[in-house]
This record gives sequence, C-alpha cells and structure tokens, in this order.
Amino acid sequence: MSESANSSNNSSGPSGSPQHGVPLVTEADIVAARQKGRELALGIGFSPGDATLIATAISELARNIVTYAKRGEIRLIPIELNGKRGLTVVAQDEGAGIPDIRQALQDGYSTAGRLGLGLPGVKRLMDEMEIVSEVGVGTTVTAKKWRT
Amino acid sequence: MEVPILKQGAYLIASIQAALSDTDLLHFRDVLMKHVGLYRARGVIVDVAALDVMDSFGTRVLGDIARMISLRGAKTVIVGIQPEVALAMVQMGLTLGAVTTTLDLEEGLAYLDENTKPPAER
Repeated sequence: MSESANSSNNSSGPSGSPQHGVPLVTEADIVAARQKGRELALGIGFSPGDATLIATAISELARNIVTYAKRGEIRLIPIELNGKRGLTVVAQDEGAGIPDIRQALQDGYSTAGRLGLGLPGVKRLMDEMEIVSEVGVGTTVTAKKWRT
Repeated sequence: MEVPILKQGAYLIASIQAALSDTDLLHFRDVLMKHVGLYRARGVIVDVAALDVMDSFGTRVLGDIARMISLRGAKTVIVGIQPEVALAMVQMGLTLGAVTTTLDLEEGLAYLDENTKPPAER
C-alpha cells in the first residue's frame, strides 16, 4: 500500500501526522478499525458524539470492504489545516471497483440486498467525502471530519 | 462473545455487554430465537446500552430480531440506545421502524407489563 497512490490527500502533512493503518480481512477487523478510529478521534479532541459519528462511518466503510472487496485497509490520519484539527479516514481496497459511483451514492441502492444506506450515510456522518474507483482495480474512499 | 440471556418470569432479558462482530450478532439472533421457544417467553428485552456503534448492519439485525420474535408471538423492546448512537443513526438515516424502544431496562419492563399477556396455563 504505497503512499504515492494516495494523491488526493493534500491537507495532511505526511511528515508530522502519523498514519494508523488497520488491515481488513475478516469482519472482526471492522470492530478493530472503528475502535481505533474512536480512540484517535477522542485524542484529537472530538466530542464523544462526533467520535461516535466517525466510528460509525468507519464501520460502514470497513464493512463495504469486507463484504464487497474481501480485503483492504482503513488508514486513519490526523490532519490540521489553518489551525483546525480533524481526522481523515481512507478506506482502500483492491476489489472489483464501483462501476457507477453516482448510483452507489443514492439512498436505497445496494447490490448486496442491504439497506443501501452505507455510502450516502457515511457522507452525512462526515464533512467531506471523495470516492475514486476504477473497475477491476479497486476503490478508495477518503472521508474527513473537522473538529468544531 | 456470548450475550447473556436471563429469564425473568415470562420475559427474557438479553444484555449486549460489548461490541459484537457481525457473526456474533447473527449468532445472538439465533440463540435468542431458540430461547423464546424454549422458555415460552411473552416479552424480550434487548439491552444495547453498552453498544458504542449501531451501523446499518447492526440496525438491520436488531430490527430483524424484533420482527422474528413478533412472528413467534412475543413482544420485543430495545432498551438503552445511547444519545451519541441515536445521533449517528439519525444522521445515517437508520430507523428501527415499528420496533419499540425505551430509555432503559426499567421502562422496558414497564412496557412489557402493560403490553403482554400472562403465559398460558398448561
């Protein structure tokens, strides 16, 4: 998982902000990823409420990977921009990719017969979200939340 | 991770003590369903106060549990959803539909007392 593959990540200085990677292979890793996310969020100074929103977003993203791509990684990166602190969550997999991102972002859309609230839900829980996906190559979802 | 299920009169009280993996949650659903038949329960309380995250999967399975128990003739109350968890669920757009929820165990028991019939005489 090379650093250079992640080009969209401008606001985080790789030098000063340590990354925390959580590999996702089994569904037990989903719980580990969201617990790590909550812990980091609280450390950055997010309220318990916001930390729960972040942990829930991580849970959704991690589950998408374990369900659809089978394996991947969640990277958690503390960020700072103009004195504002935040957390970037990068969910990356080398799965089949999402053919139609706009469709995947519609409420109620799911290819696995689920509620289909995963990605749209994550977008509402976080402040910013970006999806880069290529069919046959994989998907990277980058979501940020800023401390208020 | 086993979820303890206590029998109290015609009720079953299941307290989820810690974060559950998806498999744990589905296992809990199946065990609880067996208990409902085994103990001829009229009411079931699922205490989720210790759950720090309820995502789309957790919400769906809890809803399924309540509907399955309803099909077996008993009532379910989900108790103890934490305020942060409620916020995250609302932001995600997750609902438990017609499933009864109460603030805590005490309120849950009061609800069951008002809304269940005593067990049949055998």
